[in-house]
Amino acid sequence: MPLPRTRGTALRHRLAELRGPDVPAKALDARALAALAANPGCKRRAILDGAGVNKAALASALGSPSAFGQSQFALTRGNAFEAKVKADGGAELLRLVHEKLDRSAEPPAGARVPELTATGPEGRTARTALALREATGTHGEWTLLDHPMLALDVAGSPAFLEPDAVVVHPDGSWTVVEIKSFPMLDGSADPAKVGAAARQSAVYVLALEQVAARLDPAPRVRHRVLLVCPKDFSNLPTASAVDVRKQRAVTARQLARLTRIEDIADALPDGVCFSPELPAADLTAAVESVPATYAPECLSACELAFHCRARSRASGAVTSLGRSVRAELGDLTTVESVLSAARGESGDPDDPAVAALRRAARLRAEALGTEAVAACR
Amino acid sequence: MSLISTLARLEAVSTGRAQPAATVRHRRLSERPLVFVPLTTAGEAGAPLGALVGTDRDAPHLLVVPQPRDRDLRFAFLAELADVVLPYIDAYAEDVEAAERNETDPETGQRVKVEVELCADAPQLIVPSRAGVDFVRLLGRSMRFRRTAEQDPEAPYPAPPRVPLLGRWLTHFAERARVPGSSLLLAMTDVLARHWATGQSTLEDQHLGALLAWIDLPDGETGAEAALRAELARDRDGQLLCPPAGPATDPAFDNKLLAPAIERYDRARTALAAAEDGLEADDRLGDLTAAEREIRALVASRTRPTWDAVWRGLDRLRELPEAARVEERWTRDRWSFTGHRDRVVAGEPPQPRHDDAVTAANKLAAREREQARLEAQEALDDPLVMAGRRLSGEAFAGEVTDVVMAYSEGKRPSPRPLVTVRTDDRPHLGERAKVFRSLGGKPQSAEFVGYEGDAEDDSALIVLRVLDKMGRGKEPEEGSVPEKGDVLCFTLFEHEQRGGAKLPDPEQTPWTHGGPPGEPESEAADPLTEEDVL
Repeated sequence: MPLPRTRGTALRHRLAELRGPDVPAKALDARALAALAANPGCKRRAILDGAGVNKAALASALGSPSAFGQSQFALTRGNAFEAKVKADGGAELLRLVHEKLDRSAEPPAGARVPELTATGPEGRTARTALALREATGTHGEWTLLDHPMLALDVAGSPAFLEPDAVVVHPDGSWTVVEIKSFPMLDGSADPAKVGAAARQSAVYVLALEQVAARLDPAPRVRHRVLLVCPKDFSNLPTASAVDVRKQRAVTARQLARLTRIEDIADALPDGVCFSPELPAADLTAAVESVPATYAPECLSACELAFHCRARSRASGAVTSLGRSVRAELGDLTTVESVLSAARGESGDPDDPAVAALRRAARLRAEALGTEAVAACR
Repeated sequence: MSLISTLARLEAVSTGRAQPAATVRHRRLSERPLVFVPLTTAGEAGAPLGALVGTDRDAPHLLVVPQPRDRDLRFAFLAELADVVLPYIDAYAEDVEAAERNETDPETGQRVKVEVELCADAPQLIVPSRAGVDFVRLLGRSMRFRRTAEQDPEAPYPAPPRVPLLGRWLTHFAERARVPGSSLLLAMTDVLARHWATGQSTLEDQHLGALLAWIDLPDGETGAEAALRAELARDRDGQLLCPPAGPATDPAFDNKLLAPAIERYDRARTALAAAEDGLEADDRLGDLTAAEREIRALVASRTRPTWDAVWRGLDRLRELPEAARVEERWTRDRWSFTGHRDRVVAGEPPQPRHDDAVTAANKLAAREREQARLEAQEALDDPLVMAGRRLSGEAFAGEVTDVVMAYSEGKRPSPRPLVTVRTDDRPHLGERAKVFRSLGGKPQSAEFVGYEGDAEDDSALIVLRVLDKMGRGKEPEEGSVPEKGDVLCFTLFEHEQRGGAKLPDPEQTPWTHGGPPGEPESEAADPLTEEDVL
């Protein structure tokens, strides 16, 4: 007789079933993290990310392939830059950490760079935790963890994260390092990209804090991360300390109130599976069984956005024009209901949203039409 | 987004084509704009891949960097670009008219009028999208501190002459583009989206192809279908039918077409360098030329659709009549252009990397002022924009139902007539709120007195006291007071913007703001490292 399964393993099995037989789980990458911040209320994205479904493959199988891709030029350049930053046992990187974050510490002469390879994400996570514990124990030394693996509990299932680097300071505190290949021009970089990097780093900080909490005494995880970018038009690294306290708080709150994946999974009909090998019709039905909250911001953050957009447009939802549109339309959620209310064919005239809409329609017609009041010139 | 523009978008969804968001054109379009469609190399800062540029829609100049990581080829590109752009700018710099400007006399400290030159017209750069404006700024920054061999014989990699000058001009254009309502450098997507509402979100409107699909609709299709095709449709090789408007290229294009072509070019160049005799070199030169031609064709194929789209957008915009107050804002652009021309002629150094405190504060103040001016002027020029302000309670229109003559109390009574206006609008009028109407192009102000009686249905009767623009005499001048039956529009916002408090001279910068900037130090060129071959 099999042992009674615990809740945790039951969920893991359920998620594996959703993913499809023999489909490996996909780690939560930077884009998924961005989507988490952009649209925390979307159940469809939550369950797909939680189950580790490869959304890009799913989108292609659905017939609405995502437009994300990376140019090999950018990839080569990004890798070359990261390699340059970490060259010589991370000498340059540690110099930047020392200069920007921890000037009172001993300047790094050399650093320990522990070996972190292991099989599977779980193995690498364990290895990373071990290395962090050792490094924190040896006071007075700098340690560089190159591409560690961290696990973060997202809505009841572990998501694996891979920061570019984590540095352990001589005082035992930890710093997240994020290496990006967009330039820092005259000391400032594209705010949108810096914001994305900060949100991403904030998730790493949260994951590190979970590791730290298991140690005694718990080491400090610094809330200022180091963002390393190419300087001006060269490929020389420069860095800036970025305070991610706010992003960390926001992400922590969002993670806490994420609809439990378990609840979403329980609400799904039996036999739902998101394996990209299934025929498109079955997949469409499977995806439809989880409600989505589409907004145009999804286009830059989620692989499934084009599919959701097509569905949203087909149903005439006004949010496909932007979230702000919803705010002023009250209960009216479809294009046709808004337009017929504006024309006076439907809707309650005492509803303030309907009244405002009719006034807007009248003013617009007046400005465009023949009955226009003489323009005040 | 105001409810009126939301409604326009919803109508666009329902009708399948873009709806007007303006009845007149709120930006100046030059008769001879210089259209610039650049492409950049992914992942590299300031490494252009190519561009189409020119003033003739049928004959653009195609400029290409066959190996974007090669510094010499990049410089050759920039020199060619300077050869196209600078003569275009110079043509406008020469044609001047006399104008007057207020200046402070350095000896007496009094404001005096000085006769100065003002360029009769200004050049205009048009790029496809907002990213194009940023790229112009980036190109400007990458060039303006370069040293030519003449300026600095020791410079390890001297820039071709005129390249630093082009950098200064592009920097100026990009800086001016940050001023609301200016037209020296325009992004086509911004201008189109200002004048039409599409059935998609503002985020999607930043795709020139999709935006134009709604506005300039092919026959027998809805905007949504055409926009979707522009966004996503790919040919059999997986290439987008409508390439992105740049400067970033589609990754599929980079990986499948461009990278192999650049590799062939590199191989041909290495082979040529290794050639041992003239005959062999001739052969290999042929290979190199072929490889280069291939890259040129690729770049042309990705820029030409965007180039044509920009011109189609211009066609549509030209169909709209120009708004009345655009001319005034364009004159400000001409001042800005003339000012920079004078700074270049006077041999001033390029724009610094960081503005000093006073310059930065002045720039911000100017942008805020211009934003307010633009909002007021667009509303006054365009009943559709005014409708939005009326909806939000910032203006009201209606018929004059009664005019009662009244006079101010005092030694010399002046006319202060009371005007009653019936309106359906619901302005947010506070006690004694000031309102303005346009009288012969000048604002006439009035004061809110109160509401009169109970008007039937939804309309209200508003009593106003007219305050000025009625002449000096006891009796108001002819036509300066509204008459019964007039249909008028009053605004709660001012029509003209006053400048803010004057800032101190840079030498008087207080210590709280970093103190005086000191002697302007000449900004060093960006250091070039060996590995800077990107």
